[in-house]
Amino acid sequence: MNQITQPAAFDIDAIRADFPALSQQVHGKPLAYLDSGASAQKPLQVINAMQSAMMETYSNVHRGVHYLSQKSTELYEEARKKTQNLLNAASDNEIVFTKNTTEAINLVAHSYGSFLNEGDEVIISEMEHHANIVPWQMLRDRKGIVLRIAPVTDDGELDMAAYENLLNRNTKLVAITHTSNVLGTITPMARIIELAHQAGAKVLVDGSQAVVHMAVDVQALDADFYVFTGHKLYGPTGIGVLYGKEDLLNSMPPFLGGGDMIKSVSFDHTEYADAPSRFEAGTPMIVEAVGLGAAIDYVQAIGFDAIEAHEKDLRNYCHQRLLSVPGLKIIGTAANKAAVVSFVVDGAHPHDLGTILDRSGVAVRAGHHCAEPLMHRMGVNATARASFGLYNTRAEIDQLVKAVEFAKDMLG
Amino acid sequence: MEDLQRLYQTIVLDHGKKPRNVGRIDNPDREALANNRLCGDRFTLSLALDGDIISNAMIDGEGCAISTASASLMTELVKGKSLETAARLFKAFDAMMQDKAVENHGIEAEMEQLEALGGVRDFPNRVKCATLAWHGLDAALQGHEDEITTE
Repeated sequence: MNQITQPAAFDIDAIRADFPALSQQVHGKPLAYLDSGASAQKPLQVINAMQSAMMETYSNVHRGVHYLSQKSTELYEEARKKTQNLLNAASDNEIVFTKNTTEAINLVAHSYGSFLNEGDEVIISEMEHHANIVPWQMLRDRKGIVLRIAPVTDDGELDMAAYENLLNRNTKLVAITHTSNVLGTITPMARIIELAHQAGAKVLVDGSQAVVHMAVDVQALDADFYVFTGHKLYGPTGIGVLYGKEDLLNSMPPFLGGGDMIKSVSFDHTEYADAPSRFEAGTPMIVEAVGLGAAIDYVQAIGFDAIEAHEKDLRNYCHQRLLSVPGLKIIGTAANKAAVVSFVVDGAHPHDLGTILDRSGVAVRAGHHCAEPLMHRMGVNATARASFGLYNTRAEIDQLVKAVEFAKDMLG
Repeated sequence: MEDLQRLYQTIVLDHGKKPRNVGRIDNPDREALANNRLCGDRFTLSLALDGDIISNAMIDGEGCAISTASASLMTELVKGKSLETAARLFKAFDAMMQDKAVENHGIEAEMEQLEALGGVRDFPNRVKCATLAWHGLDAALQGHEDEITTE
């Protein structure tokens, strides 16, 4: 197989050349892919690693005595170590592979949730994605926990005073996003966790957007649980991550039962394995994990300092250019926000905007972005959202703004 | 861009920005809620009947230009029609949107007007916007109580 080439240190042209999907035309126009927040495009390095995993080293993991099985296991466990490194977790035993963020949150809601009782409180925020709302509602329906909602300010910041007020000795868990997929808001997670711990509560952090845009250190944050998904981090679909402190994970009952998550099985008695195996029932996402590992290598080779600098420029340029459009309002104006820009335009419904933008080659998302309560809070039914990845350019922002102006004219 | 210009032609934009028959009928004879929750398009359709003739039709709600224009055009076209003709109009429009054979005997003039929405066929993910209010009409005609959706 081909040598896996290292990506150049931030050379935008070289980076774009790594992503085959970006060079296509859509409706006869160059594609401006501004929907990475929904899912990111994949670099050749990830595609090649996965292809190699299928062509050369494939076998089931953990149980074989033959060469391919050992090789496959090595690569799978290497991906786990790479994930540990990405998050600066203390041990690779603290990295559980799941299908995606949603499954990771459901795992915690079921497994850790089994410790919660009627009257125990769980705090989520007004800006959460449905994946970090619904599992807790289901836990409420199952066990009678009380769901408390930390509000969001008009700028889209977490109202920290209100959050602090919600914490009390009944609070057992706080589940909040590290970066909003609608507003781009980066929440003050270290402080959120500090306050939660003072109140005796654990914290689950939804890092689906955060890990894409900045370096995350779960030990520095002192996060109890941290979740993210591979497909937003330039990796494949079908692989997500739950980080949990080792003692915490080992105290928790399993989620799914089956092979690989056990130490021994008899009809009288089954003993469960330790974390992470305890939470990885059945044949895992072997090829996908390898893909995630390659994606982590890719972003780390570029470095988050370079990525952050590039995306900060895109965010600022996008804000500046969009605000030059009369009747356009940006939804989410926190002082500290990632390159995720939701907006509404007077007289132009997001769907109509999205359709016209699409015809100009610009891919954005229109709708409620799986955050209906947040839409309601911000006083809108839907927004258009431009969400940036490390491969986007100022030229694409120009293309976006031109298309928005064209849409405004057309919709009159 | 031709398909975009066809989609957002003058009649559509006009009805989209200034929909006709907006509001609710007091004590309606038929009413239905058409709601595409994932989208945010939502219309309450109310009908007043005089025998089996639709004497008045109003829509109340909000949505994108396509769903609004379609709802507005619909209220104009069903006013003064019999329930049976309105039902046929729904079937014909629904078939047109799905690019199927249209049975338009006796409703040719109305279907010609609805050709203004013909451009939607080039935008499959917007068909649900165009048909929303019409499925609301169908629900109202059949006396269905529950909220309907085209998602």
